[in-house]
Amino acid sequence: MANEENKNIKLRVEDLTLIFGKRKKEALAMLNKGVSKEEILRKTKCTVGINKANFEVFEGEIFVVMGLSGSGKSTLIRCLNRLNEPTAGKVFFKDHDITRAGNKELMDTRRNEMSMVFQNFGLLPHRTILDNATFGLELRGDSKEARYERGMEVLETVGLKGYEEHYPGAMSGGMQQRVGLARALANNTDVLLMDEAFSALDPLIKSDMQDELLQIQGKLHKTIVFITHDLDEAFKIGDRIAIMKDGVIEQIGTAEEILSNPASDYIKAFIEKVDRKTVITAETLMFRKPTIVQLGKDGPKGAIRKMRSTGVYVLPVENTERKFLGYVELKDVIQLARQKERTVEKALQTDVPSVHREYTVEEMIPLISENSYPIAVVDRKSGRLHGLVTQTSIVIEATRYDDDEVTELIEKANEI
Amino acid sequence: MKKVIDLGKYIEIAINYLQVTFSPIWDAMDDGISWTVDNMTAFLLSIPFVVLLIAITFLAYYANAGRRSLKKEGFKKGLGLSIFIIFGFLLIYGMGYWKEAIQTTTLVLVSTVIALIIGIPFGVLSAKSKIADAVIKPILDFMQTMPAFVYLIPAIFFFSVGNTPGVIATVIFSVPPAVRLTSLGIRNVQKEVIEAGRAFGATENQILFKIELPLAMPTILTGVNQVILLSLSMVVIASMVGARGLGSIVYQGIQQNNVAKGFESGLGIVILAIMLDRITQAFANKNQINKDE
Repeated sequence: MANEENKNIKLRVEDLTLIFGKRKKEALAMLNKGVSKEEILRKTKCTVGINKANFEVFEGEIFVVMGLSGSGKSTLIRCLNRLNEPTAGKVFFKDHDITRAGNKELMDTRRNEMSMVFQNFGLLPHRTILDNATFGLELRGDSKEARYERGMEVLETVGLKGYEEHYPGAMSGGMQQRVGLARALANNTDVLLMDEAFSALDPLIKSDMQDELLQIQGKLHKTIVFITHDLDEAFKIGDRIAIMKDGVIEQIGTAEEILSNPASDYIKAFIEKVDRKTVITAETLMFRKPTIVQLGKDGPKGAIRKMRSTGVYVLPVENTERKFLGYVELKDVIQLARQKERTVEKALQTDVPSVHREYTVEEMIPLISENSYPIAVVDRKSGRLHGLVTQTSIVIEATRYDDDEVTELIEKANEI
Repeated sequence: MKKVIDLGKYIEIAINYLQVTFSPIWDAMDDGISWTVDNMTAFLLSIPFVVLLIAITFLAYYANAGRRSLKKEGFKKGLGLSIFIIFGFLLIYGMGYWKEAIQTTTLVLVSTVIALIIGIPFGVLSAKSKIADAVIKPILDFMQTMPAFVYLIPAIFFFSVGNTPGVIATVIFSVPPAVRLTSLGIRNVQKEVIEAGRAFGATENQILFKIELPLAMPTILTGVNQVILLSLSMVVIASMVGARGLGSIVYQGIQQNNVAKGFESGLGIVILAIMLDRITQAFANKNQINKDE
């Protein structure tokens, strides 16, 4: 992300290690010496759950930890609020180390700073929805009136108004998880830990809940650590994603960074299945700093010279405020040069496709068949040109995913 | 056969020692239990038969029908047991064993309450601690497999004859299911629910009282049901040490070879057993329904 430096770090995890088994110290010493996991298991019968995880979570972002079962992702999130006790390493929250917190401090953190949503909801079947949603408040000793007032508020936020007196057993999975989410929101904590929160839901409901979460997040700007085994889910909701394998974080980055630059073969194999069209954006595909014709500065002859030196027959045009205007074509400028025109204005094609940098390949595909110009990526505010995306690169991106789509595109192109 | 190991002798010495050293405690227990049993019996007998009959019939009806008491489906559910209780109680009353039935009920209820007061905390302990579980389990096995008659001997030793040794022997015999089912109920509580409690900053006590015990309640209530039935099965044996009630009539029937007496009082016990079993089971089930509704 471009402005990473300006972001406040909410959670910082340093060399977090968790070892299961009885001879932890021995295993840790071996791990520090660089002995392999298998060797450690054989010699000490200890399993390395998490192996020196390092990452930061910024304020207001959704940080997704992705991994298959057994990768240690659920163990990792449980170290953040110490449902699992880390063997070594530090977890900084607001610059104090949670792993060193005393009982009282830890309790306080869990009650007021971090709340959690669970895969199988973890609701209490003998309590009503309202009593479930306000359970965290009850535990920390809020008064009944304050509790219920807040409870009604959060139930409305998650769309469960009117269900206060129902019992969880009578509700669908999606609705139960809404209660789980309401319970986590009720404590009004800055940090939300979500452990496979939507994994137990049907695909359709899952997708709804993801949208809902993004919508709620748009309003509340929580700092969310989200665990999932579903890469599509990770790419959909994650601002940044950490991919875990065998207790090791293999790569951290935005969806695009991971897709366009996978750090290992494991990740490469993983992302092959992902629908790249929906993830790769104009910003990744565009070539930056293209040669530009400036209206009012470059005349037709200047434009021809630039085209000759770059070997293209179409160039983008900007005005003196560097706002993108359109394209000029070689054949038009040659005519203008013959007519001894001073500017290229008459040759300017303004009806051209332009997108913003966050447009995905999928959104750019329809623009291809309209004409043969490259697609201009312009700034939303200033209208300045960031770069150009050639139609070829879009087709290539699309073809990596689906052969039929390419055939279709080629057919369309031929028709025109 | 020649006796090589005289274990019984050492047990006897130990029991003797305990009896002498802690006699004030035994006396206090005797006084407390006798007082409770006597007063409760007297109280229940002071209520006119018809009033008590109606009260228990309604209790049974409510236990089965619950919140739907006034609706047709509730009526369907609750009617059977209510009719059974009315006829059963009239039969006991008509046979002339009402007083004995009340004495037996009191004995069973007092034993049950004591068994639960002891059993539930130990059940919690055995669910929470592996070491406690390892210690408690064999003791429970011992208590359940040792023939119930054996408890009567030291019980008389400590408390002489009367209701108290009957109650104590009954409690020893009926405590195991309370411990076992409490422990089972708590161990079966979904891990994630407890984890959720922890994640929201619950203390150990809050986890026990707000999560584990309520969720284990249906299982614990099954335990209560078992305790009551085991207590009832002990009333005849308890009557051998002087406990009063239907059991003592059965005992008399055996001694006098009186079939009529034995059958009548035995039938009375069966009626009480069915009533207590169905009512407690209905309460246990109701606890379960709450969740799924």
